[in-house]
Amino acid sequence: MKTHDSLFDEHAVLHDLKHFLPAQAPLKDFIHHNTLHAFQTDKFYEATQRASELFGYKVSLSLDEFRELYKSERIKKEVLDKIIVEKKGTKALKEWQNNLISKKYAPAALPRVGALRANWKKHYRIDLDSLVHPILFRVLCSYLDQGISIWNFPIKDKTFLASMRELEKNSFSSIFRASRAKDLLLNNSCEISSLLKILVGKKELYQQYLYDQQFAHQGWSGMVSAIEDQPQTLLDRRKISLHDVVVFELLLEIDALDFHCGGDWQPLKERMIQAPTPLFAPVEKTELNEVLSLWQEAFEWSYYDQVLTGLQNKKKESVDSSRKSFQAMFCIDDRECSLRRYLEEFDPACATFGTPGFFGVEFFYQPEDGKFYTKVCPAPVTPKYLIKEIGNKHRRKKDVHFSKHSHSFYGGWLISQTLGFWSAAKLFINIFRPSMSPATASSFKHMDRFSTLTIENKHANHHENNLQIGFTIDEMAIRVENLLKSIGLVDNFAPIVYVIGHGASSVNNPHYAAYDCGACAGRAGSVNSRVISFMANHPKVRAILSDRGIVIPADTQFIGGLHDTTRDEIVYFDENTLSPKNQERHKKNETIFEKALDYNAKERSRRFESIDTTLSPQKIHEKIRTRSVSLFEPRPELNHATNALCIIGRRSLSKDVFLDRRAFLNSFDYQVDPEGKYLLNILNAAAPVCGGINLEYFFSRVDNQKLGAGTKLPHNVMGLFGVANGIDGDLRPGLPSQMIEVHDPVRLLMIVEHFPELVLKTIQKNPATYEWFINEWVNLAVINPETQEISVFRNGEFVPYNPLANHLDTVNDITSLLETHHENLPVYSLS
Amino acid sequence: MTLFLHIFILLPVLGFIISLLVPAPKEGVISGVAFGTVGLHLASTLGFIGYWLLNGRPILNIKDIVLFKATGYEFFIDFCFDEIAATYLFVGSFLTFLVTIYSRYYLHRESGYKRFFNTILFFYVGYNIIILSGNLETLFVGWEILGISSFLLIAFYRDRYLPVKNAVKVFSIYRIGDVGLILAMWMSHHLFHENITFLKLNNYELVHEHLQSHTWIGVFISIMILISAAAKSAQLPFSSWLPRAMEGPTPSTAIFYGSLSVHLGVFLLLRTYPFWEHQLSVRILIAVLGLLTAVITTGIARVQSSVKSQIAYASIAQIGLIFIEVAAGLEMLAMFHFAGNAFLRTYQLLVSPSVVSYLIREQFYNFSPRAHSIEHFFPKKLEYTLYLLSIKEWNLDSLMYRYLWNPLKWAGNKMNFLTVNRLLIFFIPTYVIGLVCLYNEELIPTNIHAYLPIFFSLIGLLMVLKSFTERRKAPISWILVIMNHFWIALAISFNEHFKNDQTILYLSGIIASGVLGYFCLTKLKSIEGNIDLDQFHGHSYKHPKLAFIFLMACLGVSGFPITPTFIGEDLIFSHIHENQAILALSVSLSFIIDGLAIIRIYARIFLGPHVKSVYETAYRSS
Repeated sequence: MKTHDSLFDEHAVLHDLKHFLPAQAPLKDFIHHNTLHAFQTDKFYEATQRASELFGYKVSLSLDEFRELYKSERIKKEVLDKIIVEKKGTKALKEWQNNLISKKYAPAALPRVGALRANWKKHYRIDLDSLVHPILFRVLCSYLDQGISIWNFPIKDKTFLASMRELEKNSFSSIFRASRAKDLLLNNSCEISSLLKILVGKKELYQQYLYDQQFAHQGWSGMVSAIEDQPQTLLDRRKISLHDVVVFELLLEIDALDFHCGGDWQPLKERMIQAPTPLFAPVEKTELNEVLSLWQEAFEWSYYDQVLTGLQNKKKESVDSSRKSFQAMFCIDDRECSLRRYLEEFDPACATFGTPGFFGVEFFYQPEDGKFYTKVCPAPVTPKYLIKEIGNKHRRKKDVHFSKHSHSFYGGWLISQTLGFWSAAKLFINIFRPSMSPATASSFKHMDRFSTLTIENKHANHHENNLQIGFTIDEMAIRVENLLKSIGLVDNFAPIVYVIGHGASSVNNPHYAAYDCGACAGRAGSVNSRVISFMANHPKVRAILSDRGIVIPADTQFIGGLHDTTRDEIVYFDENTLSPKNQERHKKNETIFEKALDYNAKERSRRFESIDTTLSPQKIHEKIRTRSVSLFEPRPELNHATNALCIIGRRSLSKDVFLDRRAFLNSFDYQVDPEGKYLLNILNAAAPVCGGINLEYFFSRVDNQKLGAGTKLPHNVMGLFGVANGIDGDLRPGLPSQMIEVHDPVRLLMIVEHFPELVLKTIQKNPATYEWFINEWVNLAVINPETQEISVFRNGEFVPYNPLANHLDTVNDITSLLETHHENLPVYSLS
Repeated sequence: MTLFLHIFILLPVLGFIISLLVPAPKEGVISGVAFGTVGLHLASTLGFIGYWLLNGRPILNIKDIVLFKATGYEFFIDFCFDEIAATYLFVGSFLTFLVTIYSRYYLHRESGYKRFFNTILFFYVGYNIIILSGNLETLFVGWEILGISSFLLIAFYRDRYLPVKNAVKVFSIYRIGDVGLILAMWMSHHLFHENITFLKLNNYELVHEHLQSHTWIGVFISIMILISAAAKSAQLPFSSWLPRAMEGPTPSTAIFYGSLSVHLGVFLLLRTYPFWEHQLSVRILIAVLGLLTAVITTGIARVQSSVKSQIAYASIAQIGLIFIEVAAGLEMLAMFHFAGNAFLRTYQLLVSPSVVSYLIREQFYNFSPRAHSIEHFFPKKLEYTLYLLSIKEWNLDSLMYRYLWNPLKWAGNKMNFLTVNRLLIFFIPTYVIGLVCLYNEELIPTNIHAYLPIFFSLIGLLMVLKSFTERRKAPISWILVIMNHFWIALAISFNEHFKNDQTILYLSGIIASGVLGYFCLTKLKSIEGNIDLDQFHGHSYKHPKLAFIFLMACLGVSGFPITPTFIGEDLIFSHIHENQAILALSVSLSFIIDGLAIIRIYARIFLGPHVKSVYETAYRSS
């Protein structure tokens, strides 16, 4: 915390408060991020324990859960002992073993937040929240609403507070119950500190009071703060700020007190007997917290140790110089991990690569008839380019059930007596034969595959709203070069190089955007895959590339595609541009893709109880497709659940290890990048993206009630930007329990194949990236590509690591394994 | 053919009982039982309705078991089947079947999977009893079952604050409806001198003859029925409960509050139509209420920015229109409208999560920043006023508080001076004196005697008010509830001479469940220490079995149809004369508050966030 000159610096307090609030954007822009991002400037354990003490979050599994894992040997004894010895010394081993395994601990005390405001109830016998929240939430939701209400907020283009003022001024009715608050709003500048003076009365307490107040509904406050920072996230923009909301809420509180106590009440400080612990006072270490962090460490390393063993003991590479049958690029997404394994199994002559799913091309995309631009690249990037879709032949279908006429007076009368009976039939069909409908969010709707895109910039003045339409040849060449070099694909090009983006399909799922590609800002990667393929196929681009040492044979063609990870289907784009010979090859490859997708569906199905995993891959695939369009299926797919690893290196490193779809795989060849130039780019993206995904799953799993969204079954959509329980509830950011229930809360282990000295130098180049590693929010290990030695990053340096288990079980046939297990599997080496 | 009607009741009862016996982790078996029950029910419904149609749609009526008989009083279960029952049976059966299948997958891995299907089947039992009932008493059995299952489904997420709070809120409004029904039964008993069946109401001469000399009684009964129907169908001034009931999993919300439960008010009106058909003033009243509701809730629906509350208010508006149709005598249209509205809202609620992707896409392609709705053309001041009123739901929710519950709480708080000891010291002797008087009635002067029933019933009312506002000790609150019934029994005994066995019938269930409940509370207190009523404790988290037993005790004490007290309550009312309005009011008021106090004890102690773990529980506001 900064120190303030005065006792209450409104601007600074609000600024810091915003930082602590949940940062999740509206649903359509759902992007995974570290839920506790505000604490990231400190070391992981200290930071999370502080978060827990301040805000009452649960930040790890419970002691009982850890002990249960130990009993079932998911946490290994030798790992646990090793960690205790490392942290506490050999002498204390016995004592800490006892502490961890059997000692009883008293439950944690009450969190600090809320303690000050609790005095209202204690000393004034008033339940302020239940008087203020319902009306506050309702007004906020109506103001921000993006299109649910028919009669929407009557005042547009004004800030929130100005709108409320205008509404109050010109109405016979009032939001307030008593007259003082109305007066204050209409005739007073409503400084936060002057309102706090009425309510609290003591400057030292103002800051803490505001935290208490806003953290009583952190969902709404976080949404307001997110919209204030990035107003473009709402298509229909709103001028809202946390400041305005705080002022309005303070007025509502004054009003509630006036109403309840009849205007005759004193500020909080008068009746308060004892000041609560200051919110930001230092947090003391407790033994329980130490025990929990030792458990967490042991839990993580029990898993990491197997992984590192597997990666170290990989088979000797046989250098195969014959031409590959095809090459395929996928997103680094953990969901592509098994598909790549199957492709390589069914066609050993192929090669697969992983790279962030926007494929290095950053731009805004505007579908035909679209009224807005959609960003399709990582969230922090602001692109300067625009790509437009032309010639979309796909007609958007409508569904009258979402029509607002059914809510009107006579419209409702007519519709309920006509359409009502049609809904009965529809419901019947939907339950017995689920099929694609206009309500489905399908990744294939992102772009019509037969449309054309404005990829090439025509002339220097070809602009729209300050965005350049398309890329120039030079700009294309830079992007293709960067992409190819970063994944190490610089020679030995196969006749066809597939560039496969990914997206997802689901129905009845407000969190649909979380299932799409995070590197494309929560959209499908179809446009990007098409754009980069176009660039790489461009003869002028190839000419420049060959000058720079990347010679792509004339018969090599890039072709874009989109993998729907829910349905396990792939569509390809611009297949007609393939040469006749390549068309033939493509046909052959397609059957391999088809088979791999069937098997991939089968592998996924082991997690779904409603599907019998022993059925044939084709049958299961059919069921998986049905599942994606079933209204009653809250788990169309499991998204990133169980993610735990990020491997940056050649495919040969991880090819022979069964990683159970838990790894982000980023292709990288240290030989192509001896100076770490591309590695830096990869790490700059991978640390926040993969780390963000991992930590969001982590925290949503360990505290699904406060940091996650709880079960999604009672969720009610608010204003198209958030979900809440019931109609009066706080917004629920984070992930619903259906998405995280199979997730093991372990931090991401990033494994880089390069020389430790160079990796150390590279990560230190960017402070933002370095913070992830030095503060241990992501663990980092390096495998020396020449000696296979492993070192792990500890306190700013790499120290050697020798895996405890120097041998992994080998499986010949993973099918039988998949058919009999539905829990997380250990690491196996593949024969 | 008549006997076949039993199947429609027995099947769900059987399914419900079996579903209770299945162990909780067996998801497949639990949903299988529900699926089997409801599937079989749908199949027999289709078969039966087909057969019935072919046979020329006869009106069926069976007088079933006579549960209690005394001179001038007969409590019997009666079933009836006609077009109205057929429509409700078909719609209910069809929707419950679909929603059951839907929920099989939707609720997978949800803790409370079993509880959900238990409650759905319990609800279904109540629903079928209501729609097939042949007299008000039978209907009332179902009505009570529905109220409890509603409470349980709204509070399905019992470890969160808001669902529990809203469940109690909805229950309290249902309670008003219940008492409307009790008073209607009371008056109609005096009017017809029997527990009249709906079939007999169709007999114009009979109804007309009775009503001619007692016009105001007719109006009274009709208004009580209307209150009951309006509460159940969320008409004004009760409307605000419906959106607040939408706290459970989406499918249960869809079937309960989207379709079946909320249309039962309409059913009650359709059933009793022959009774008030010739009371023009009542018909106008119903139509005006419907119209007013339709207009106001349409406005509220238009400003809703959350998808479920929008559907809820739109549905209320349609039910308002159905009220008009019923009042106008357009029975067929009303039933058609009911079916369509039920199907439509169920489907809309089930697909409501899709609204994000669908409408965002619509917005993306069709957005026009200057679009305004029709209200924008109103004068500004009118527009803003109406907008604010609609946002605030015309203060309906706070009105309920301000004019109904707050005065009760105020009255209860005035009795804070009553401690346990004072209660014992003052009231036990008084009660004994009362009993002594009862056995020496001939000694009491008649002018005093006339006031005794009212006096004792008011003391009972005081008891229950005190119980309702007790903040500290749950057992005290519980004992006060029990005592209330004793006072009522005493009061009524002065009113009319009847046999002791009737008093015993009335009190037997109360005593048994009272002891059981007291035992639960003391046991819990010995384990957990403090059990005050100032906050939610959420003890069902650690003591689910005790919670269940206590719930049973609560049901017993509140006169739920599992103990003889249920008949006793009706019986007690039959001893209140039609000219004793104050006594009737006092007794019915104490029944209302009694139910509230009991459900409050249950909710405060067993539901809500668990007091002992701040971590891992949801925020209060979520």
